[in-house]
Amino acid sequence: MNGLDWLVLLGTMLGIAAYGTWRTRHTDNLNTYLKGNRNTGWLTIGISVAATQASAITFLSIPGQGFESGIGFVQNYFGLPLALIIVCAVFLPIYRKLGVYTAYEYLGQRFDRKTRLLGAGLFLMQRGVQSGITIYAPAIILSTVLGWRLDLTIVFIGVVVVVYTVTGGSAAVNLTQRWQMAVIFGGMVTAFVVLVTKLPDDALHVAGALGKLEAVDFSTSPDRRYTFWSGLLGGLFLSLSYFGTDQSQVQRYIGGAALREGRIGLMFNALLKIPMQFFILLLGALVFVFYQFQPNTPVFFNRVEWQRYVDGPDGATFRAFDERHAELHTVKQEKLHAWLAVRESGDAAVEAAARSALVAAHKDIETVRKEAKAALTAANPRAKIKDSDYVFITFIVTQLPHGVVGLLIAVMFAAALGSKAGELNALGTTTTIDLWRHFRPLAAHDEARNVRNAKIWTAFWGVFSIVFALVVSFGENLIEFINIVASIFYGVALGIFIVAFFCRRVGGTAVFWAAIIAQVMVIVLYNVLTISYLWYNVIGCAGCVIIAWLLQAILPRESGRNELPAAV
Amino acid sequence: MSAPQAPRPESDDAEDPPGVPGFHSWRAVYVFVFAAFILLVIALTIFSRLYA
Repeated sequence: MNGLDWLVLLGTMLGIAAYGTWRTRHTDNLNTYLKGNRNTGWLTIGISVAATQASAITFLSIPGQGFESGIGFVQNYFGLPLALIIVCAVFLPIYRKLGVYTAYEYLGQRFDRKTRLLGAGLFLMQRGVQSGITIYAPAIILSTVLGWRLDLTIVFIGVVVVVYTVTGGSAAVNLTQRWQMAVIFGGMVTAFVVLVTKLPDDALHVAGALGKLEAVDFSTSPDRRYTFWSGLLGGLFLSLSYFGTDQSQVQRYIGGAALREGRIGLMFNALLKIPMQFFILLLGALVFVFYQFQPNTPVFFNRVEWQRYVDGPDGATFRAFDERHAELHTVKQEKLHAWLAVRESGDAAVEAAARSALVAAHKDIETVRKEAKAALTAANPRAKIKDSDYVFITFIVTQLPHGVVGLLIAVMFAAALGSKAGELNALGTTTTIDLWRHFRPLAAHDEARNVRNAKIWTAFWGVFSIVFALVVSFGENLIEFINIVASIFYGVALGIFIVAFFCRRVGGTAVFWAAIIAQVMVIVLYNVLTISYLWYNVIGCAGCVIIAWLLQAILPRESGRNELPAAV
Repeated sequence: MSAPQAPRPESDDAEDPPGVPGFHSWRAVYVFVFAAFILLVIALTIFSRLYA
């Protein structure tokens, strides 16, 4: 990075943060602090929902997924539009009607105190764990590739986001996320355009021939990680739980001028999300094509990690991998050019033979990459062997012009700050409303004290996530890790809400114990089965609902609860 | 010490028109989004077949 890159990076990041802090510095109304301005329109809500979901990991890890496994990951989002329709039709009107600050307040009104605390507790637990990851994930990758100190990168991201989120609450989050998304879209489109100018005309055909463009897989095998069915059903439950019951999303759309604004904001996301994820995955697949035509493609994209082993006691082994990979890459390029030469020759048999030779050469390369990773594990069982998160950032810093590099690093920071801000805002709000105010009901009548406490709890979670990111080390593909953690907890959380909305006869005690049993069941099954993690959303939700029904059949009927907030 | 403004419960405006040109009900908006999703899946399937 040169001076221009630093100027673009710091100018955009600190400029947006300072603007958000300054514009919302006088936020002293609890409703505005927790829900944002009452006049917030649908576009701001829609952008805020998208920015909260799209973390830095989205823009680092998903191109890596496209590079490594192709664009099939897009199926993970197939349940999202359907989930958002359900949230718009069922969840949002009830939240608005009751005027709640958090989704868990609704559980308190529909069931009882313990179920509300369980819902809030599940959220704080899984979101608290994730809060460390959302800072750590971009920090580890950026610091490794750019040679920055990891601890300083974590502290820098954390402090910037804490300052403006604590100052202006939801109002600051909404305001800054609009500008951060502008930087993200601008940066990603710029990267895409620059990449396309570096590619041959046959780029998509090359990606397709090497298996990177299989977007939809209708296979019914439960062992396949991403299929149309797991994406549609598992994705539906994951998205329904995330958008309908996760406070970091609920908080983004329950504010606004009217119900209509939240609904259109969510429908905006229902239309936008799949094309956006497709675009990011395609970018990764095209980066893969780009490297097929480069003379020096690394065997392992986390070059800093790799170099440590090359310079270590077993350096000869790793240098041998480099040499073998380079030889095979040359062979593969010959096969690639041979296939491209005959691709449109009209001779199907010749084309098929050339294509088979190319695919075989590609498999040889993949075998070497696997062996190299196995050697890393043999040298150090704790070695981080998943290098796909480093692919896109390596492309950025080595292939893009100065200025654009700064802009793309700014994209990563903008995404990190935007999602982190939404997360902290929700953690602070839930702790204030569902815990602090719940246990100190008298203090709830003091507006200034409420705002002060919301700021303190937001700052607490900010410091917690910074410390958590500093002391723990996460491994492997980060976006998958986040989705796995979410899938373990989300299904049960959704089950509680499904019972609340649709099972009028089930009371708080039945759903409370059903949720506990279902959660234990999901954790046990996760350690026993090898199915796609998306299915745990379905299992957790179905388990909670069925067990709640069964328990209610043997438990005495509870009376006196508010029956209005159910959907049926 | 000032009393906090309690969040104001909203009137039941769930059936209010969406105010989106061309759509007279929320049901129509949902059908449109669902249809767009189906078209997107078809387009992605064709894309996969085209380049696989």
